[in-house]
Amino acid sequence: MIHVPAIMSPVSKIKDRDSARNKDNLLIRAMIIRGIRQFFIDRDYLEVETPIRIPAPAPETYIDAVPSDGWFLHTSPELCMKRLLAAGYSKIFQITKCFRDKERGKHHLPEFTILEWYKTGIDYWEIMNECEDLFLFISHYLGMGEIIRYRDMKIDLRKPWIKISVRDAFECYSPLSLEKAMEDNRFDEMVACHIEPHLVCEKPVFLYDYPVSLGALARSKKDDPTVAERFEIYMGGLELANAFSELTDVDEQRARFTEERAHRHELGQTTYPMPQIFLDALHDMPDSAGIALGIDRMIMIFTGTDTIDDVVTFTPEKL
Amino acid sequence: MYNASDLRKNLKIQIDGDPYVITEFQFVKPGKGQSLYRCKLRNMINGNQFERTFRSVDTFQTADLQEKKMQYLYPEGNKYCFMDLETYEQVYLTEEQLGDAKNFLIDSLEVEILFFGDTPLGITLPNFVELTVTRADPWVKGDTAAGNSKPVTVETGYQLLAPPFVEEGEKIRIDTRTGDYVTRVKN
Repeated sequence: MIHVPAIMSPVSKIKDRDSARNKDNLLIRAMIIRGIRQFFIDRDYLEVETPIRIPAPAPETYIDAVPSDGWFLHTSPELCMKRLLAAGYSKIFQITKCFRDKERGKHHLPEFTILEWYKTGIDYWEIMNECEDLFLFISHYLGMGEIIRYRDMKIDLRKPWIKISVRDAFECYSPLSLEKAMEDNRFDEMVACHIEPHLVCEKPVFLYDYPVSLGALARSKKDDPTVAERFEIYMGGLELANAFSELTDVDEQRARFTEERAHRHELGQTTYPMPQIFLDALHDMPDSAGIALGIDRMIMIFTGTDTIDDVVTFTPEKL
Repeated sequence: MYNASDLRKNLKIQIDGDPYVITEFQFVKPGKGQSLYRCKLRNMINGNQFERTFRSVDTFQTADLQEKKMQYLYPEGNKYCFMDLETYEQVYLTEEQLGDAKNFLIDSLEVEILFFGDTPLGITLPNFVELTVTRADPWVKGDTAAGNSKPVTVETGYQLLAPPFVEEGEKIRIDTRTGDYVTRVKN
C-alpha cells in the first residue's frame, strides 16, 4: 500500500484548486518515481545526470528543440547517455526534464519528464523484457497487483506482452500499404488514425521493427537492412516509450543525421549543428540498447487519467 | 492565415469558401513522428459536420466573420427581422438559426448578429432579458404543498419555472444562457 508522507496537507488547506484536484495523483507520481529508482538500483544501474542545455541536439526531422541563448534545451538525454556508454559505463539510467517545442495536447506537454535507460551487450528484445519487469514492479510497489484498471479498461501487465511488427500492423489495419504510406509521407497518420485504435487492448503492446528511415539512431536488422530494430509501447491508448538497438556505426549514423538535417532544411525548420563530439564517441560505443519512456504518461496509466494535465503540478498555461 | 499549430477548439476557419468552426480538436504526435491535428468541423452556414486530420504543412484562411449590433423588429412567417442601428439595413434569420434565442426576443431588443460576408449566421443575446409574465397560477399564501417553484409563461410564449410568489403582469429577469429565472423586477 502507498505510504502517505506526513507532510501532505489536507485538501481543504490547499488554496490552488488544480493542485487540490491533483493531490492524490501527485502522491502516486512521487511513489512511481521512487519505485523507478528502486527498480534500477536493485538491478545495479547507475543513476546519471547529463546537462539539460546542450549545443547540438540530435537532428530529428519532427522533433523541435527550444533555443536557449545560442544552445538548446535537450529533447532527450540520448546523445549524452550514449557518450557515457562509450566512456565505459555499462548500465545507466536517468530521470530528467525534456523540452520539445510546440508540443501541447491532451497527452503532450512541451516540458515533460522522461526516463531513459541503456545497457551494453543487449538488444531491443531484452529491453522489452525489462519494460515488462518495470511495470510489474511499479504496480506491486503501488499495491496494485498484476492486472490494473485504467479508465474503463483492464490492463493485464503479466508477461509476455503482445508483440506486433509494424509490417503486420499495416497489413491488418491500415488502408494504405506500408510502402505507399512511406512514399506519401503518411506513415504517422496511418499509425495514429488507423493502427493505434486497434492497439488498445487488455495487454500492453510492443509495436516493433520500423522502416529504417524512421529510426535515425537505431541499428538496422542484420538480415534486413530496410528495417530498424526499434519498438514503441502502447498501453490503454497511450504511446509510452520508444526503444532501439543502438546504432554504433559512425558512418551510418553521420549519413542518417545528414539526411534528417536535410529534411529539416526542406521543411524550413531550424537545422541544428552536427553533434560531432557524439559521432566521435560512437567509435568506442559497444553494442547496446536503450529506451526513452514518458514518465508523465506512465503516471497517467496508474492514476487512471487520460489527460496529462492531471499528473503534473502546473501546466504552462497555469504559470 | 492560420497554420495547423494555431488550430484549437472553437477556432473559425474558411475552407472552400465556407466558414467552419472547430467543434472538437486533438493534437496527436507520435514521439518521433510528425504532428497531426485531428479536428471535427461544422459548416457554419449549413451545419454539416465532418472529421479531418491536418498536418503541420497545412494552412488555413481566416473566416471573414464580423458581429454587428442590431435591433429585433418583428417575426415574418418563420423568419425574424433585425435592423442595423447605423445603416437601417434589415436582415432575416430563420427559426433554426435563432435556436433557443427566439424564446427571449421582444420588440426593440438589441442583439449581436454574426455575419459571414453579407450572410447572417447566428445571434448573441444580452445575458439577461426582462420579460412580462402572461400566465401564472395565483399564489396562495401559506400553501407549502405547492413546493418551491411553479411553471409560468412569459410574453414570448416561453415557459419556465419561477418561485410561487411570481404573479401575472409582473416582470421577471431571465438568464438567456441557461433560460432560468433570476429575479423579479420591480416596476
